Amino acid sequence: MPATLFDKIWDPHVIADLGGGWSLLHCDRVLLHDLSGGRALQEIGESGYPVACPDLVFATPDHAVSSAPGRTADTFPKGGQLLAGLRRRAQETGIRLFDLGQDGNGIVHVMAPELGIVLPGTTLVCGDSHTCTNGGVGALAFGVGASELKHVLATQTLPQRKPRRMRIRFEGQAPPGVTPKDMILAAIGRFGAGAGTGHAVEYAGSAVRALSVEGRLTLCNLSIEMGAKIGMVAPDETTFQWLAGRDFAPRGAAWDAALGAWRALASDDDAAFERDLAIEMRDIAPQITWGTSPEHVIPVTGRTPDPATAANAEQRAAWEAALAYMGLEANAPIAGTRVDWVFIGSCTNSRLEDLRAAAAVLRGRKVAPHVTAWVVPGSERVKRAAQAEGLDTVFRAAGFSWREPGCALCVAANGEAVPPGARCVSTSNRNFVGRQGTGARTHLASPAMAAAAAITGAIADVRELAA
Amino acid sequence: MQKFTTVSGPAAPLLAANVDTDVIIPIQRLVGSGRTGLGPHAFERLRYREDGSENPDFVLNRPQYRGSPILLAGANFGCGSSREGAVWALMGMGFRAVLAPSFGDIFFNNCFQNGLLPVVLPERAIRRIAAETEAAQGAGHTTVDLLRQVVVTPAGEEIPFAVDPRKREALLEGFDDIALTLRLRDRIAAWQAADRAARAWAWEPVRR
Repeated sequence: MPATLFDKIWDPHVIADLGGGWSLLHCDRVLLHDLSGGRALQEIGESGYPVACPDLVFATPDHAVSSAPGRTADTFPKGGQLLAGLRRRAQETGIRLFDLGQDGNGIVHVMAPELGIVLPGTTLVCGDSHTCTNGGVGALAFGVGASELKHVLATQTLPQRKPRRMRIRFEGQAPPGVTPKDMILAAIGRFGAGAGTGHAVEYAGSAVRALSVEGRLTLCNLSIEMGAKIGMVAPDETTFQWLAGRDFAPRGAAWDAALGAWRALASDDDAAFERDLAIEMRDIAPQITWGTSPEHVIPVTGRTPDPATAANAEQRAAWEAALAYMGLEANAPIAGTRVDWVFIGSCTNSRLEDLRAAAAVLRGRKVAPHVTAWVVPGSERVKRAAQAEGLDTVFRAAGFSWREPGCALCVAANGEAVPPGARCVSTSNRNFVGRQGTGARTHLASPAMAAAAAITGAIADVRELAA
Repeated sequence: MQKFTTVSGPAAPLLAANVDTDVIIPIQRLVGSGRTGLGPHAFERLRYREDGSENPDFVLNRPQYRGSPILLAGANFGCGSSREGAVWALMGMGFRAVLAPSFGDIFFNNCFQNGLLPVVLPERAIRRIAAETEAAQGAGHTTVDLLRQVVVTPAGEEIPFAVDPRKREALLEGFDDIALTLRLRDRIAAWQAADRAARAWAWEPVRR
């Protein structure tokens, strides 16, 4: 029977049929971070459960660590306490921890693919909704809450119901200035923030095949902003070349065996999807969000919506509230809106290609005097690679603060925040009310668009700044 | 986990779509905090003004909805972050059931883990309950009955709802999921042994 990529990973991972549509699913990898990892280990220990398979669990601090240059664990003291707990319990239970400043440390969804911890055909869970990012290498990866995380640590399994399957095909060539971030924001804008609820989404089509692994990770990262806790891209030669030689990737005969298995993972031509959607690349322009949901997104050449044209009373109220929170007029051009902050980073857009794309716009230019601009590399390895090719110098020369790896201003859990009322163009994933700090106003965009906003001092069309 | 059988009281309406878990509980409240004590911080960015006083315009601050055990919500309620603190905060505020047209997937699972019952109802049913509650000026009570799988509106109409049988049983009995799964310990071990033979490449971290 024809099967999708999703089914080809899900089905062999079912240990037991629990009845009523429930399966006991094996979790090949578990990732822990500082915000919830130490507590989860503490709580299962208190309940008398040992960690089932510590070799399959990997930990890294990212959420509550300062990104300040020269930071230590205690630069943000509350985060330092969380990290101390994670260190102690990881050591007690034999879990590998990639600590601050060490090779391998970084945002959990940046370091896991980077180290080859996550592989095609594997299942992976983490107590973080952006775990879907890891689907970019062809894995089945999803976020869980604190209770499900404890269950996985204690059993290496999780009872789950099989989601429905959705496919989004991106066809054609990317127009100038259109990046993977623009592709997924455009999809969320078109289909809605709840379109993927209850589904595992596969991204396919010629434009996805043409993407690098880093681009595919960005694409999958925002699946949860469309409501889908799973997003994936079929692994191919691009994936295999990217993974070869990574720290935890198989080697020798094991690599050859893996390749054989991975080459069979792609969805069969006649596999069925409950929802099958398509977007033509020529219809996508560089995107920017205007409101407080990722579905509040428009092309940078567009205008804010007019609540008078809303489909119903709820949408009108939502648009009015979002415009008020964001301090924007209805039916006004978004380009030219003055910006106070720019943040380049997060598990969405903090990889080497992202930093290169931003640096290409910044080279030889200066950040507008009224803008505070930060770049936070996604991992220690990204930071070192960027420094080795001089990107840090480009950012610094332009007026950016070059910082230490972590989630930083994406989630503002580390004592750093965009000030109340300030407007920030951000390469992160959520423009929710208060996400980047109480009263902070977030506009999501690609790294190149964020760089364009930094030098213009306002929301700007990166295509008009081309070098 | 708290057991759930039936809950009755005024149903508080918060009908906007896409209410995310960041709005339900800001991350700053979860850094170094436990599962308890989050109630006062639930919806804090909507609930309080800048000076810390209550915002009288926020619906959950209205006298008739204080301490409501049932929340009426819009589509995609609980979208966004996987933080289970969103559930702890709602329960800390007194809620035991949330009625919405749809929920964020991770939030939906997190609810069951703690004894907060998420009920999927058509939008028009939720609007009707909100209207009946409002018309009764706080005297109208809604009942969510998990045993019979019905919501009884303030006007007395019964609306049946679907709930996953496994989750229903877990809520009624207050099961510990981990203990249930560990009864299958031998099958898990057998699956892993077979998988290590068949997919040695997937077990590389065990060797390094």
